Amino acid sequence: MAGDAGLRFATISVLVENEPGILARVVGLFSGRGYNIDSLTVAPVDETARLSRINIVTSGTEMVIEQIKAQLGRLVPVYRVADLGREGPHIAREMALIKVAGTGEKRAEALRIAEAFRARVVDATTESFIFELTGGTEKLDAFLALVRPLGLAEVSRTGIAAIARGTRTI
Amino acid sequence: MTAASEQSGAEVLLRALKDQGVEVIFGYPGGAVLPIYDGLFRQNAIRHVLVRHEQGAVHAAEGYARSTGRVGVVLVTSGPGATNAVTGLVDALMDSIPIVCLTGQVPTHLIGNDAFQEADTTGITRPATKHNYLVKRPGDLARAVHEAFIVARSGRPGPVVIDLPKDIMIGKAPYSGPPENGHPSYRPRTEPDPAAIGRAVDLLKGARRPIIYTGGGVINSGEEAAALLRTLVRLTGFPCTSTLMGLGAVPASDPRFLGMLGMHGTYEANLAMHGCDVMLAIGARFDDRVTGRLDAFSPGSRKIHADIDPSSVNKNVPVEVPILGDAGRVLARLIEAYEADPRSPDRAALAEWWREIDGWRARESLSFTQELTPGAVIKPQHAIRRLFEATRGLGKEVFVTTEVGQHQMWAAQHFGFEEPRHWMTSGGLGTMGYGLPAAIGVQIAHPDGLVIDIAGEASILMNIQEMSTVAQYRLPVKVFILNNQYMGMVRQWQELLHGGRYAESFMAALPDFVKLAESFHATGLRAESVEQLDEVIRAMLATDGPVIADIAVDPKENCFPMIPSGAAHNDMILSAATEDRAAGITDPGLVLV
Ligand SMILES: Cc1ncc(C[n+]2csc(CCOP(=O)(O)OP(=O)(O)O)c2C)c(N)n1
Ligand SMILES: [Mg+2]
Repeated sequence: MAGDAGLRFATISVLVENEPGILARVVGLFSGRGYNIDSLTVAPVDETARLSRINIVTSGTEMVIEQIKAQLGRLVPVYRVADLGREGPHIAREMALIKVAGTGEKRAEALRIAEAFRARVVDATTESFIFELTGGTEKLDAFLALVRPLGLAEVSRTGIAAIARGTRTI
Repeated sequence: MTAASEQSGAEVLLRALKDQGVEVIFGYPGGAVLPIYDGLFRQNAIRHVLVRHEQGAVHAAEGYARSTGRVGVVLVTSGPGATNAVTGLVDALMDSIPIVCLTGQVPTHLIGNDAFQEADTTGITRPATKHNYLVKRPGDLARAVHEAFIVARSGRPGPVVIDLPKDIMIGKAPYSGPPENGHPSYRPRTEPDPAAIGRAVDLLKGARRPIIYTGGGVINSGEEAAALLRTLVRLTGFPCTSTLMGLGAVPASDPRFLGMLGMHGTYEANLAMHGCDVMLAIGARFDDRVTGRLDAFSPGSRKIHADIDPSSVNKNVPVEVPILGDAGRVLARLIEAYEADPRSPDRAALAEWWREIDGWRARESLSFTQELTPGAVIKPQHAIRRLFEATRGLGKEVFVTTEVGQHQMWAAQHFGFEEPRHWMTSGGLGTMGYGLPAAIGVQIAHPDGLVIDIAGEASILMNIQEMSTVAQYRLPVKVFILNNQYMGMVRQWQELLHGGRYAESFMAALPDFVKLAESFHATGLRAESVEQLDEVIRAMLATDGPVIADIAVDPKENCFPMIPSGAAHNDMILSAATEDRAAGITDPGLVLV
């Protein structure tokens, strides 16, 4: 996708007033205007739960990404919109719970791969593991590709949380 | 706050409205808003105007808002009251009209239960408003109302809904006044960046073929902005054009005004946009009605775009110099910087540019031929010209609203607007049925003004029930119907684009508008042919009360000039006589609206 002419991915963080309907407003904006959402996460981020942070991974032409930022910025409950990739280096992480079912050599192989990826085993039966894996999207994708032939049964991913490196804040 | 000082939610609501300076509410009652109506009954500060359909309430509030610069206020009941208001809300959203719409809601404990007359109003109106609120706690009520007014009128104005559950209106609630520090998160930038102003002046001073293109943002900014725009036009000597929504900011009679641009704009305005080397856009949003084919839009120009809405900039057309800010502030800073800049503009190039423009003007793209022998059919353009001329020198402030269709475009082309806030039309949404209720709102705000709804016979039937409102409040609104017996604009597209197959665009079984007027306690008049026109106009203007004037006009007349959708500005159809009429229409153009 990012290879297509002029298209790029963007990781956008939005600091919002934590009011009812804010998520519907943001999602409605994306669906109503035909923008992509590759991943979206939201949770309160201050001690009084007054502010929430929404992280959105999206893709589009430069003009579309600028539109997305401007459209988000003019929503009434929005305090700040940050295009993390554009404003400097940033860290993006997501977590996945991955269930692999199987026995014998495949089961052992799954465990070896998990160790190599530093995935934690958070549940085990004689016929299954649940791995907890945190990292960038590519790392999670790579792990899933490796365990898929070994009995990958179910995946639950959080979507990305992202933050700027260094002292910069949103 | 002691319990004794607490009032009912309805009283708190009305007090907040009063503190926001509200004088009039346009509304329609129902079960969920009865406590509010009861509160209205027991006070005298705020007047209520009873419309006959909730869509009419919103359009009336739009007419009120647009003609005064104040926030229009609407009150409707839950469920069908709220859903009926939706078209008006979207209309106000598209045209940036400040509206606060109060909707009743079922009591909080029933929300989500499919209760009688329950609708998910905040869900339905989320994409139909600038912002909306559902007040679930008494303590949030006053703040929500004050915030709604701030949001509706600041930045790019728009409609705001406050959904009010009945139990919140009946129960006690604390009052608080308007917040002193404005809105916590919504703080649109109004003052432009001086660096951007500097870059704009660089371009303006170096321009050889400049044009100023302005829109509704200048009107919304206020009278001051329109005055500053006139100053800038005088100072620079640059030609200027306007969108449908911006008419009146520069007087139509100003020689530097080229008329409206866009799909039905003048030849000179569109060719000047196409051929300019520097474009200064202020409070206009490069809408598809204006740009035509995007990849052929003003190909050789460098563009400056001033707008209060960051999402309007670089949305359709990339610009070299974006300026974020209020149109009035931007104009003030531009004028200062332009005057302070020692460079003198290229007067010779400008004079040459004007010669070229005058050549285009000489084509008289708005011309039409009116046969004057008795019995001749009335041309719609002629009817508007005669109406315009008859309203000048009456010593009255003249306000024009319109419905949507050919008559709307002819009104924009042939009625000269000299002042901002005197022209109310549905631009972005193009809502048939807008004009009559909007005229009601205008007349309520300007009891001594002459308010005319220039209508089509099809559109007027969409909110004709508002004649009853007109009657109740004895509003001397004049409805001037250009009756071509067709949904003329639809018929025109069918003629040009669909082989003359007039599917469902003929208005069969029209009412007798004279009798219709009389049944609504108004005066009905009719002009059948050209020699009757002036007398009907005279009689209409001489009548103190409301009038419906039914003007039979040429059913086959088309609105020109026209840039077919998907065509470029220099691909204009000038008149019915133009050979190869559908020349500019391409297959991709055919899918466009
Ligand atoms: C609510 C609504 N429905 C449909 C349309 C599509 N439409 C645009 S113009 C038009 C015809 C209007 O006819 P009339 O009011 O007689 O005006 P004329 O074009 O004949 O002057 C129609 C149906 C619209 N703009 N609004
Ligand atoms: Mg008609």
